[in-house]
Amino acid sequence: MASIDTTVSHDNHGDHAQPYGIMRWLTTTNHKDIGTMYLVFALLMLLVGGLMALLIRAELFEPGLQVLDPARFNQMTTLHALVMIFGAVMPGFVGFANWQVPLMIGAPDMALPRLNNFSFWILPFAFTLLLGSLLTADGGPASGWTLYAPLSVQGGMGVDMTIFAIHMMGVSSILGAINIIVTIFNLRAPGMTLMKMPLFVWTWLITAFLLIAVMPVLAGAVTMLLTDRHFGTAFFDPGGGGDPVMFQHIFWFFGHPEVYIMILPAFGIISQIIPTFARKPLFGYDSMVFATAAIAFLSFAVWAHHMFTVGMPLAGELYFMYATMLIAVPTGVKIFNWVATMWRGAMTFETPMLFAVSVVFLFTIGGLSGLMLAIVPADFQYHDTYFVVAHFHYVLFSGAVMAMMGGAYYWLPKWTGHRYNETLGKWHFWLTAVFFNITFFPQHFLGLAGMPRRIPDYALQFTEFNMVSTIGAFGLGIAQLLFVYIVVRCIIGGERADARVWEGAEGLEWTLPSPPPAHTFTTPPKIA
Amino acid sequence: MSRTASALTPALAAALVLASAPARAAWDLNLPPPVTPLAAQILDLHNLILWICVVIFIGVFGVMFYSTYAHRKSRGYRAAQFSHNTRLEILWSVIPAVILVVMAVPSTVTLIEMEDTTRSDLSVKITGYQWFWEYEYMDSGYSFYSRLSTPREQIENRAAKGEHYLLEVDNELVLPVGKKVRFVLTANDVIHAWWVPKLGIKKDAIPGYVSEMWAVIEKEGVYRGQCAELCGKDHGFMPIVVRAVSAAEFEAWLGERAASAAGAAETVTETVTIHPGAAVSDVDSTVTVGG
Repeated sequence: MASIDTTVSHDNHGDHAQPYGIMRWLTTTNHKDIGTMYLVFALLMLLVGGLMALLIRAELFEPGLQVLDPARFNQMTTLHALVMIFGAVMPGFVGFANWQVPLMIGAPDMALPRLNNFSFWILPFAFTLLLGSLLTADGGPASGWTLYAPLSVQGGMGVDMTIFAIHMMGVSSILGAINIIVTIFNLRAPGMTLMKMPLFVWTWLITAFLLIAVMPVLAGAVTMLLTDRHFGTAFFDPGGGGDPVMFQHIFWFFGHPEVYIMILPAFGIISQIIPTFARKPLFGYDSMVFATAAIAFLSFAVWAHHMFTVGMPLAGELYFMYATMLIAVPTGVKIFNWVATMWRGAMTFETPMLFAVSVVFLFTIGGLSGLMLAIVPADFQYHDTYFVVAHFHYVLFSGAVMAMMGGAYYWLPKWTGHRYNETLGKWHFWLTAVFFNITFFPQHFLGLAGMPRRIPDYALQFTEFNMVSTIGAFGLGIAQLLFVYIVVRCIIGGERADARVWEGAEGLEWTLPSPPPAHTFTTPPKIA
Repeated sequence: MSRTASALTPALAAALVLASAPARAAWDLNLPPPVTPLAAQILDLHNLILWICVVIFIGVFGVMFYSTYAHRKSRGYRAAQFSHNTRLEILWSVIPAVILVVMAVPSTVTLIEMEDTTRSDLSVKITGYQWFWEYEYMDSGYSFYSRLSTPREQIENRAAKGEHYLLEVDNELVLPVGKKVRFVLTANDVIHAWWVPKLGIKKDAIPGYVSEMWAVIEKEGVYRGQCAELCGKDHGFMPIVVRAVSAAEFEAWLGERAASAAGAAETVTETVTIHPGAAVSDVDSTVTVGG
């Protein structure tokens, strides 16, 4: 696909001028350093959010209140979601974009390097504010991550801290998205036409547009919440002519594209990994691009399927049901394309491939339960139960998070110059996949049997599956410590990785040495 | 370290509890047995869609797992280099679309029926509060509050838990079987949701809004549910209990209750002052608009 010019000729040129130690990381404008910071931050937040999940699961191990009082329990479910979504998944994908987009399109760096630094450094402050809410007298936000009014109007100062933290995260996301779009549109190497871009770059380009479109909507919603709380407005208060359901419409107009913001880059990563280990080009590249665009477009037109039980008119319910079902078509195209890529390849199953195949498999379970949730009459039974909890963890954990883990194993040798320990990597995969299913599969049954989500205590008939789920959760949590160990070991040392790393790897990043020097593609590569 | 230890303790406890599970036999895998025609239709719809999904899943992943088994480098398989097949790509866009239409038809039929709250035999107004329910028989005006009756000691693990732990109330909602009951929902503070799985109905109770749904209960019995929309600290502690009785029994019960409530007007006034439901009466006039 490509050959490089003289990219590494002045290898460490800029490094001598760079500050060292903490100042290096505070002032860096290098996309590789910033990518690393995003990824480390995401991993840290994954552990923080995971710890909250374990507290939740510990409370739900058996009926009765043991670990958390109901108020703290609600704070944990709320913050678990906010930390995982805004702290782990979104920054994680931005980290991948920072590292990979310039390497994959033959650009010397991101187009706006200082903005890049700024958009990262907002995050630690935003999360200090968010997590700091737990220390206030009334505790953290407790209305669920959806912050539905009027419940979210009731909380204490923790809710205000959350609102400001969301504003900061929104600014960070929008700046990051602008940077990615500008980079992709302006810094592609000559010959790298849009329809030659690796699919990961394509999915991120579309995701970045989604971010710019919907993060301001969320900012608007929480700002209205803030003025309702403190400045006498009544946007969501029926007593003042406001409308609590309007909050949900605005929130989900952001919230549904947000779902795709969290999954499209995962699709991109999977679309890089599978061809590599099948030693065969991606099947249906064009239709993959169009399917991604179609999913993104439809994501703006289905938001109210999150709120079928609010009592919409029949026509509204029918429209949102049909539109939601329609998303199954482009999503199906993607699944079929991945399977067709594997078909008659010459496959090997190193850790990244194990993760990629299991993402295709497990994400589809979440996709099919999503289709079930679109069926309005049935949704009345599923809505706000553990069936929904199971559904979105299949999409977000075994979709987004496991895709990121696969991506980390795939590119770690490139980034660090060392191979990770393959045996341990496989152990990590199998422990994660098995414990994930033990945790979340029984939650489908709990939901169908009638267990609502977001409750700290439950009736006796839900005991058995909750115990299974809690055991799975602790296994899943402990397995991630192995992941941290493998990553740290790989950064410190290990077998040297060559430039290509994987036998079947194709693309510009594999033409660079592992690890790549600080500055790469300072003269653009020639695209064959 | 402490995480490992805390993971082991639940595991041991679970092994003990799971061993004695048959006593409760609560490994339910599907929606509960329906007692209304709508719930039965939903169950059929759910099963239909579930099985379509299962068949698709087995089909797609049958192919994938065959491929992961057969097309391995270690088996000496040489990779083909095809990357397009227009006919196949059209086929796997069109077939799912057709399957979706097959799913949409019965869904639409059921949904239209669910949203038709006309020609009801009686109406019950449900009002959600933090954290209990109020029920009002709109024809007679008789109303009462319904709260969790599980003792605090059971929740705090100081007493053995009863059979209906967290799913029991002081005043049950009594309804007649064989009658079309229209439920009118609203809330006084934040959003709640009224859900009884065996009746197949769930709808949000929203302050400032009046929503409707309906049920015809076909079988006498006691049916339990819970608030299904996060409504604050005690969201998990505001259950719903419906007792379905014969029409005659219902009339007798309601007559007696309404009469004693009218007789003790003082008590009623007192109750109203304790839980002012101002917003509720304000929205009464808009009831007919819904649906």
